[in-house]
Amino acid sequence: MTRLSRSQFAILALVLVTIVLGYFGRDLGKALDARWLTKFPSAWVIPFKTYISLAMTWLIEDAAIGPVAFTDVTRTIAWLIEQPYDFVLALLADGFVKGQGNNAQVILPAISWIVVTTAVIALGQYCRDWALAALVGGCFIYLAVFGQWDSAMVTLASVLIAVPIGAGGGLLLGVLAYRHPTFEKVISPVLDLMQTIPIFAYLVPILFMFGFGPISALVATIIYATPPMVRITTLALKAVDSEIQDFGRMAGTTQRQLMWRVLVPSASHSLMVGVNQVIMLTLNMVIIASMIGAGGLGFDVLAALRRLDIGAGFEAGIAIVVLAIAVDRLSQAFAERMGQVHHEVPGSWVARHRRTVLVLILLVVTWVLGQFSPLLLEYPESQTITTGAFWDNTVKYLNVNYFDFFEAIKVFFLTWFMIPIKTVLLGIPWPWAIAMLTLLGWHAGGWRLAMLCGGMASLILVSGLWSKAIVTVYLCGASVILATLIGVPLGVLAALNKRAGTAINLLIDTLQTLPSFVYLIPVVMLFRVGDFTALIAIVLYALAPAVRYAAHGVRSVSEELIEAGLVSGCTRTQLLRHIRLPMALPEILLGINQTIMLALSMLVITALVGTRDLGQEVYIALTKADTGRGLVAGLSIAFIAIIADRLINAGARQARIRFGLES
Amino acid sequence: MTPKTKLSCRNVWKLYGQNADALLQQNSNPSGDDIRSAGVIGAVRNANIDIAEGEIFIIMGLSGSGKSTLVRCLSRLIEPTGGEVLFDGIDLLSANEKELIEIRRHKMGMVFQHFALLPHLTVLQNVMFPLTIQATPKDEATAKAREVVELVGLKGREDYYPRELSGGQQQRVGIARSLVTEPDLWFLDEPFSALDPLIRREMQDEFLRLQERLHKTIVFITHDFEEAVRLADRIAIMKDGEVIQIATPEELVMNPATDYVAEFTRHIPRSKVLTVGGVMNTGGTGEGEPIAQSARVSDVAERIIASDAPLPVVDENGQSVGAIDRKAVAHVLFGEGDAE
Repeated sequence: MTRLSRSQFAILALVLVTIVLGYFGRDLGKALDARWLTKFPSAWVIPFKTYISLAMTWLIEDAAIGPVAFTDVTRTIAWLIEQPYDFVLALLADGFVKGQGNNAQVILPAISWIVVTTAVIALGQYCRDWALAALVGGCFIYLAVFGQWDSAMVTLASVLIAVPIGAGGGLLLGVLAYRHPTFEKVISPVLDLMQTIPIFAYLVPILFMFGFGPISALVATIIYATPPMVRITTLALKAVDSEIQDFGRMAGTTQRQLMWRVLVPSASHSLMVGVNQVIMLTLNMVIIASMIGAGGLGFDVLAALRRLDIGAGFEAGIAIVVLAIAVDRLSQAFAERMGQVHHEVPGSWVARHRRTVLVLILLVVTWVLGQFSPLLLEYPESQTITTGAFWDNTVKYLNVNYFDFFEAIKVFFLTWFMIPIKTVLLGIPWPWAIAMLTLLGWHAGGWRLAMLCGGMASLILVSGLWSKAIVTVYLCGASVILATLIGVPLGVLAALNKRAGTAINLLIDTLQTLPSFVYLIPVVMLFRVGDFTALIAIVLYALAPAVRYAAHGVRSVSEELIEAGLVSGCTRTQLLRHIRLPMALPEILLGINQTIMLALSMLVITALVGTRDLGQEVYIALTKADTGRGLVAGLSIAFIAIIADRLINAGARQARIRFGLES
Repeated sequence: MTPKTKLSCRNVWKLYGQNADALLQQNSNPSGDDIRSAGVIGAVRNANIDIAEGEIFIIMGLSGSGKSTLVRCLSRLIEPTGGEVLFDGIDLLSANEKELIEIRRHKMGMVFQHFALLPHLTVLQNVMFPLTIQATPKDEATAKAREVVELVGLKGREDYYPRELSGGQQQRVGIARSLVTEPDLWFLDEPFSALDPLIRREMQDEFLRLQERLHKTIVFITHDFEEAVRLADRIAIMKDGEVIQIATPEELVMNPATDYVAEFTRHIPRSKVLTVGGVMNTGGTGEGEPIAQSARVSDVAERIIASDAPLPVVDENGQSVGAIDRKAVAHVLFGEGDAE
C-alpha cells in the first residue's frame, strides 16, 4: 500500500465527510432546527422564470424596431421556410392539390414509392456501389412493406428542408467566425450553451413565436442541428494547410475567391462530416419535434408512446432508424465520393446521366399510368405487414412469465444502488455542497474554474430548483457510473480483441443510430415507469462514447511503450494495468465527459416515464407552454453540464500534462 | 555589364510579439539582446538582398532560420515589421490590396514544399486555376495550361486528380501551375524537400533544364546545402533570422564568412563546387586539349589526372588564362581544408 500524500488524505477526508454529512443531513437539519440547510427556503428564491415569461410576452406583443414588429420578423421567417417545405411535402407525400376540403382536386399526385425507391437505389449506386444501392433500396422497400411509407415521406420532407438550411447556415456562420475572430469569440459560448441546453427548453419560446405546426418543428430542428456545423466549419477551415492558403494568395485571389474557391473546397471532406452530423441530429429531433407539431414517423412514435401501444411505437421507431441508416449511409458515401477519382465519360448529356434519365422516365410513366392504376402510385395497403402484434405478445409473454425476475432486478438496483445515492445527495446541506464544488473547481483548474462552479451552482440554488437539480445529478450520476462500469471494460476489450471489437462496434453503432425515444419503449414495457426505467434508458443511450473513447485511448497507446513493457517482462494483465490503462486515462475521461453530456440530454426525454428532476420541470413547462419555467430549468441543466464538462476537461488536461502529452 | 536588379529588400525585419512594432520604432536596428529583452521573436533580422534579373538566388538555412519567413516577406504573404521590398523598382509594401493582387496574378509564381495542390481539381484544372480566377477566356486558359503541362512532362495526365500522382509528379503540377501566368519572378519554397533523394535529383535536373529555357528570376529556398550548390548562381545563408553571407557557391567554400558557414561547406565535396579557374596556376602554361575555366573540378578531374603535364585553361572566349596540373586536383580531391 502506498502512503497517501497530505493532499490526497485531505481529499479523501473531505469526500468521507461529505458522504456522512449527506447521509445524516436531514436529521442534522432537524436536530439543529435548521431545515434551510437541506431545503432552500422559498422566500429566498429569485423568480427568474417570471421575469423571463414577462420578457417573452413583451417580445411577442410589443417588441419592434421602428415599424417592423418582432412578430413580423418571425412571420417572414416562417413564410420563407414554409414555401420550400410545402413544395417538397407535396412532392413526396401529399401531392399537389387545388382547392380545399371536399372540393380538393388532385392536380398531380405525390411521387410514386416506386420512383422514390428507384431514385435512392440509383443514388446509392452512383455514390458507391451496388451493395450500398441494395442497402438503401432495402431500407425504402422496408418502409413501404411495413406500412410506414406515408409517415416516412413526411419525415423525409422535413429532413430535406432542415438539412440544407442547417448545413448552409452553419457553413456561413462558420466562415464568418473564421474570418472575424471577434465574431468567433461571441458565437463560441453561444454554441456551447445551445449544445448543452436541452432542446425542450427552447421548444417553448419557439412555440410562442411560430405557433404549433411543422414550421415550428423545422425551426427547432434547424436550431438544434446547426451548432456542430458551425464548429466543424471553423475547425475545418483552420485545418486547411497554410501552404494552400499561401498558394491562393500568391495566385492573386480576392478575399472571396480565396474563401470559396480555395479554402472551402479544400476543406470539403471535413465539411461533409459536418453535414452528416446535421443529418443525424435532424433525425434525432424527429420525435421531439413532433411535440410541437411535426407529423410523420415522430408523431407516430409519440402517439403510440402516449397510449402505451408498444407494437406501433416500436414499428415507427424502427422505421426512423431505417430511414436514418439509409440517409446516413448515402450522405457518407457521397462525402467519400467527393474528390475521388472519376474520369469524365464522353458522350451526350443522356449518356452521361443515364440514372437521372431513368428516374425521370419512370416518374412520368407512373404519373401517367397512375391515373388508371393506383398501384403504381401507392403501395397497396392490403399487402403491408405489421409486426405490432408480435411485439405486444412478446412483451406480454415476458411480463407474465418473468415478472418476478424483472422485479427482482429492479428492486435490487433501487435498494442497493440508486436509493442510497439519492439519499446522500439530497441530504448534503447546500452551503456545504457549493463550497465543495468551488473547492473542486479550484483544485482542478484554479480560481477561474472555482468561480464558475460556485457561481453556476449558486444560480441554480437561488432559482429555487436545488432539489430538482440534485435529483438530476443523482439520476445522471448513477447512469454515468453504470455506463462507465459497463462501457470502459467493453471498450478495452474491443481494443484488445479484434473479434470482440467487431461485435462491440456493431452494438455501439446500432445504439447510436437509434433515436433516443426508441430506448424508452422496450424498457417501459418490461419495467414500467419510474427511476429505474429512466436509468436503463439513459445508460443505453449514453454508453457509446464511454466505449468508443476507451477503445480509442487503449488503441492509441504508442507501440514503443508496449514493447518497452514487454521487454521488461510484463504479463498481459500487468501491461494493461501499468501501461495501457494509465496512458489511456485522459481519453477515457473525455469519454466519460461525453457520456455525461448524453445522459443529461436524455434526462428530459425520460421525464416522459415519470422522473422528478429538472427534465420533468422542462417537460411540464412545455405542456403548459410556460416559457420562463422551461428556460430556467433548461439553463439549470445546461449549468450542470457545463460544470461537469469543465471539471472533467481540467482533470483530463492535468492527466495529459502529467504524462507529457500536453504542456 | 551587370544585369539589372529585379528584386531587392532593404533592412527587412519581421518580429513576432506584442511589442514588435514599438521596438522597431524606438530602435531601427535592435540587437539580439534588445529583441530578447522586449519579449519578441526575431524571425527575420535586417535582411538586405539584391536579386539580379535571370539569376537563381538560393536562400539556404536550417529549419527555424527564418528563410521561409523571409521569402514570404518578399512576396508579402507576411507583412514585414519594417524595411522595404522593391520589385522592379516598385515598393511592394506600399502597394494596396488591389495592386498586390494584380502583381501576384501577372508577375509572381510560387511553388510550395508540400505542393499545395487543390484536391478537388484535376491536374489541368489545378494548372489553370491562376488563369481561372483572372477570368481568362476558357479556351485560352485551357490551351495555355496544356502547354505548361506538356512542358513539365505530364502530358496525358491532364484529367488525373492530385491524389493519383506520385510526389514528383505532384510537384511537376505545382511547377506547371506557378508558370502558367508566365511570371517574371519565381519563388520556390523548398520545392524538392518532400521528395525521395532519387526523384529529387531528377527534379533538380529538370529545374535546370526549365531555367535554361525560361530565364526567370528565381528565389529558391532550401535547407540542403548540396542542392544549393548544385543549382545556385548565388546563395544567401541564414541563421537565427539573419543573413550571414551572400556569395557564389565557390566563394562560400573558399572564404566562409563565419565558422557556421564553414561548418556547412565542410561536408561538401570540394571538387563539386570549385571551378578549374579557382584552383589553377594563373598565368601558367600547359599543353594538350584546353579546359574551360568555369568547369567544375569534379567534371574534369579524371582528364587532368590522366595527363602527365599541366593542361591549359581557357576562359569563355578561348583565351588562355593559366594551367592546371594533377597536383592541384589531388589537393582539391583529397586535401583537408583550404584548397590554396
